[in-house]
Order: sequence, then structure tokens, then C-alpha cells
Amino acid sequence: MKAVTTGQAFRLLLMRDLRIAYRHRAELANPLIFFLILVSLFPLAIGPDPATLGRLAPAVLWVGALLATLLSLDGLFRSDFDDGALEQLLLSPHPAALLTAARILAHWLTTGLPLLLLAPLLALMLHLPQAALPVLLYSLLLGTPTLSLVGAIGIALTVGLRRGGMLLSLLVLPLYIPVLIAATSAVTAAASGLPYAGQLYFLAALLVLSLTLSPLATSAALRISLR
Amino acid sequence: MNHPQPVSSSSIAQGLCASGLECIRGDNILFSDLDLAVGPGEILLVNGDNGSGKTSLLRILCGLALPERGRVLWNGAPIEKVRNEFHRALCYIGHLHAIKGELSVAENLRLAAMLGGNRIADTDTVLGRIGLTGMQDRPCAALSAGQRRRVALARLLTGNARLWILDEPFTALDAQGRALIESLLREHAGQGGMAIMTSHHPVALTGTRLRILEL
Repeated sequence: MKAVTTGQAFRLLLMRDLRIAYRHRAELANPLIFFLILVSLFPLAIGPDPATLGRLAPAVLWVGALLATLLSLDGLFRSDFDDGALEQLLLSPHPAALLTAARILAHWLTTGLPLLLLAPLLALMLHLPQAALPVLLYSLLLGTPTLSLVGAIGIALTVGLRRGGMLLSLLVLPLYIPVLIAATSAVTAAASGLPYAGQLYFLAALLVLSLTLSPLATSAALRISLR
Repeated sequence: MNHPQPVSSSSIAQGLCASGLECIRGDNILFSDLDLAVGPGEILLVNGDNGSGKTSLLRILCGLALPERGRVLWNGAPIEKVRNEFHRALCYIGHLHAIKGELSVAENLRLAAMLGGNRIADTDTVLGRIGLTGMQDRPCAALSAGQRRRVALARLLTGNARLWILDEPFTALDAQGRALIESLLREHAGQGGMAIMTSHHPVALTGTRLRILEL
């Protein structure tokens, strides 16, 4: 028997989560299907005028991605809470914040990243101007991890409650608003040929902030939820 | 020379000791002013009726729950101060098994060992000892309750935890499984390990320093 370093523990836990997610592929598709349905309803409701659709596209895509993430959050700690894995996680000699970070990274890889990959197709459907497409992807790349990280704090606080869904939205949505504003503003600016670097820097700053604080806050919140 | 000594001085230096614990659930005081100590080579059996607070006590001793009053010391230091060292020495197996049905027996075992800070070179030996030979690739969702319990208890063999805290380890186990756990406990205590456990089954632990706490 050899000792396991924290880095190895992080990797093993990440692999575990990805393996479990892979064995539940059908559940994995849920947020993606939600995103697809939500976005594809807009052209039907608004009409096929490319100019109108193109103007609304950044908002529609981002609101869709945000709600899809919110929908997927409940799965983040639910099964670990129900089967006792969370207790073992907190009783591990490895830092709980790092192990939680592995869990959040796995969540992003299985929800945020697929949303990012699906986005170009939906952008095409909504006639988003060509020039704005890379900026949309940058904003999703910087913004969706922030959504996962911030959402993890909310779900860690509400995982012990039987019906925490409404409370989760109330806790988390206000914190999502800065991300939404900065991201849609970047994509809209790029679509009209204006500079968009400032908004992307702001998204990057939010990501760094949440990356630093969220694992600590999440593990502390989990400790409280288990008491 | 008659200074009052709440617990023996040897168990303050080594092992787990708790003093003045109080636990309240809703409007009920489950227990108050509870003192206990477990030193090397000792096994503490917590007895009590359903709802008398056995599980709550074990969760408090692990540091998962907070007592209303009182404190828990590991080797003389409060557990929240020496969390890392305490968690390295602790193996807690509660009502919930922390077993993932989607993963195989071997995967679950490797993961549990990793969370405990160890890597198992050879899952076959561990599974052989716990009576699950040849099941390493079986998904845990396909196991019976007793077999899942055995997978959870296999964690005791994957590390070198000195303190075992076991909540009803005999639940769902057959007679042979109970005998196996008893022999593991005897061996653990013989090597200077400590254990705190609850059980509704009669426990045969002759030859060990067994203490009994009535809640």
C-alpha cells in the first residue's frame, strides 16, 4: 500500500466522476436537449427574419446556456449526499476544497463543455453574425465554468433540503447576472463590430475570482449541510 | 493526591477522548454530560435503544456533526485543530455505504482507499479476505445488501487507520460475515488499534479490552 498524493486523489476522483457520468449518458444529454429545444423555439416564435434573430441571438443563446446549467446543478452533489460518499469525502485526509474542485471540474466537463460545443450550431440557426461567433465561444469558455463554480456553492448549501430547487434559484441567479450581462454585451458588441475585449476581461476576472473562492466556500457549505 | 481524573491519563496522550458531550435533536436531549475514552487496543461498544443517539454520537466523534456542548480530542488535541492527522487515522463506516452502483467492486475499493489516502496494489487479496473473491468486475448495483456491506467493510483492510468507527457493521451480514468482522476487530485491537462501534447483534469479542457504553 502506498500513500496517495493530493494530485493523484484529484485525478482519481475526476476520473470517477467522468466514468459515472459516462455510464449515465442519457442523463448527461438532458441539459443539452433543454438548450436545443429552448433555442430552437425562438425562430418559430419570432419569425424567420435574419436581422431580428441575429440581434436577439446573443441573449437567447446565453439565457439558454445559463438555464441549462442551472437545471443540471442538482446532480452535482445529490447522489454523493444520498449514498454517503460526501461524508467520506469530508473525512478524507486530502483537502476537501481540492476534492470538491475535482467534482466541479467534472460537472463543467460534462455540462458546460458540451453546451460550448453545441453553441456554434445553434448560433447558425439564429443567424448570429459570423464575426460574433468566436466571441460567443470565448464568452462561453470563460463564463460557463463560472456558472458551475458559483452554482456549486448554492447546491452545497441546499443539498440537505428536500425541496431546495426554488431556494437554489434564488441564491444563485443574482450571482449569475454579472456573467450574463458581461457575456451578452461582449457578443452583441462583436456582432456590431465594436470592441469587446473589456467584457471578456471582466468574464476572465470573474472566473479567476470564483475559481479561487468557490472550492473553499463549497466545501465549507457541504460541511454545514451534513451537520 | 486525590485529584479527580475524568479519564485515564494514558488515553489522553493516545487515542480518542470526549468530555461533556451533549446532543439535542429537535426538543429531545439525546444525551448530555457524556464522557468517553478509547485508547490503543481498546474497543468501545455503544449500546442503546433505537433513537437513543448512537449514530449521532458516532457522527460527533468523527467530526461530521457538532455537539451542542463538549469536545472531542484526538491524542489530546481537539479534532478540528488536527483534522488532517485525525482523518488519516480514522476509518468511518456509517449506515450509508458510499458505494457507487455504477462502478465495479474493484473501482469502488480503489476509490475508497484513495480517499483514505492509500493506494491498493492488489484488490484481489483484499476481496479474498472479505469474502468477495472473483467479484472485482461486478457492478455494485448488482450486489446484494450483504455483499455491498462487505465492499464497504473492505475499506477497513485498505488502509492503516488506527481508529475504526463502525455504525452497525453487522447489518445485513450473515453469520460467517459477522464472524469475519469480529476476527478483524480482534486482530485490529491486538495490533494496538482502536474501535468504536454500535451493534444490535450480540458481539463476541473475547480476548479484547472491550468497554461498553450505555446510552
